[in-house]
Amino acid sequence: MVKSIINAMILFALIALTAYLAFHYAPIEKTMGVIQKIFYLHIACAFSAFVAFGICFYANLRYVFTRQPKADWLGVSAAEVGLAFISVVLVSGPIWAKPVWGTWWVWDARLTLTFVLGLLYVSYLLLRSMIEEPDKRALFSALFGIFAFLDVPLVYFSIRWWRTQHPQPVILGGPGSGLDPRMRVSYLLMWGALTGLLILLLTARYRLEAMRASVEELRREAEAQ
Amino acid sequence: MALLSNAAVLLEKELRTEYRSRELLTTTAVFILLVFMLFSITFHPTGSESQQFGPGLLWMAFLFAASLMLQACFLREQTNDTLSALRLSVSDPFAIFFAKLAANTLFLLLTELFMLPFFAGFFNVRILHVLPQLFLVFFLGSLGIAIPGTAFSAISAQARMRELMLPLLLLPVLTPVLIASTEVTAGLLDVQPAMNYSGLGLMIGFDVVFLTALWLFGEYLLEE
Repeated sequence: MVKSIINAMILFALIALTAYLAFHYAPIEKTMGVIQKIFYLHIACAFSAFVAFGICFYANLRYVFTRQPKADWLGVSAAEVGLAFISVVLVSGPIWAKPVWGTWWVWDARLTLTFVLGLLYVSYLLLRSMIEEPDKRALFSALFGIFAFLDVPLVYFSIRWWRTQHPQPVILGGPGSGLDPRMRVSYLLMWGALTGLLILLLTARYRLEAMRASVEELRREAEAQ
Repeated sequence: MALLSNAAVLLEKELRTEYRSRELLTTTAVFILLVFMLFSITFHPTGSESQQFGPGLLWMAFLFAASLMLQACFLREQTNDTLSALRLSVSDPFAIFFAKLAANTLFLLLTELFMLPFFAGFFNVRILHVLPQLFLVFFLGSLGIAIPGTAFSAISAQARMRELMLPLLLLPVLTPVLIASTEVTAGLLDVQPAMNYSGLGLMIGFDVVFLTALWLFGEYLLEE
């Protein structure tokens, strides 16, 4: 308990430092101005969300093949944490888009598919709440999770295949793309900090799910007696 | 070979059930007609608007209709308690999915083709000169709807509020198919028809990816 409080405090300090760097160390972007600062959060959160959904996919596969309850706990934890991060992406995106595109939201391919990705994991969690029996719930939600994750590559490919207003990839976008070194440091630190946050939230949620499962088991034993 | 012969027998069973009741095809066709009518009286589109929004509406109507039609696929087995018997009757559980998938694709395709003249009439679009290409798009689209649709029908049959669960699970997954099929159809129904090959590629990719997943995980979907 004490250890996790210390970890959370270290992480909080790191996030505060990266926020300071993003605003005062990294230069202001030439065309977009100060609103571009939101990218530090937006992109790092998108990255964490995708990592979380990746972990969820791994946990789902693991559950289907091994039937260990631990894999199911990891799956639901990763889905919830991923959903939290993608919510930040879906809120920070429109805040950036309003001054730059002149509108909060456009139904362009990547926005739509990110939105869809969020909806997929909402459906995953809803499905879990609709199946009572723990083994069935774990198996069928894992199977749905596997199918849902197959939409993720489509999100990626849609960047280049469909007409889009979205900025082209800057960091690994090919010739002409690239970042100012000070921007890069701020991005990397933000990435590090939010990956840390992802790990922290994931472990806390996993522990909660483990406790919930043991409570459920104790209750069932008590009812049987 | 056992897979194909098992699947053929099961497909015949699906077709015979539908031939006897004719429930799915008629209700789905009427549902699509209703969507056409509701759209037209709600938005009252002009000639050019009809052409602009027609392809999207067409596929949306197909998608909603499919999400209702596919409910029956595993629910019928569940209510009649025939799923275990079905499992015992085949050596490879994928044969069950293969048969149900083939039947669902066929039902969807038939309804879509039957509805096409109505669409052309209501929305004033010319279809005859691009009929073979439209058939290809309809086939790939129906397959794309039916693959995850059949899989999720098996999942939602296990859940509470299953009638609501299937569209909730299915519709977000089908978004790429909806976008791609609308794009390709719009290209074909344009004044100067053109085939959108990247859209077609996406549909083929979607079908291949989800068919492989169904083949790999189908047996787990049938666990009770």
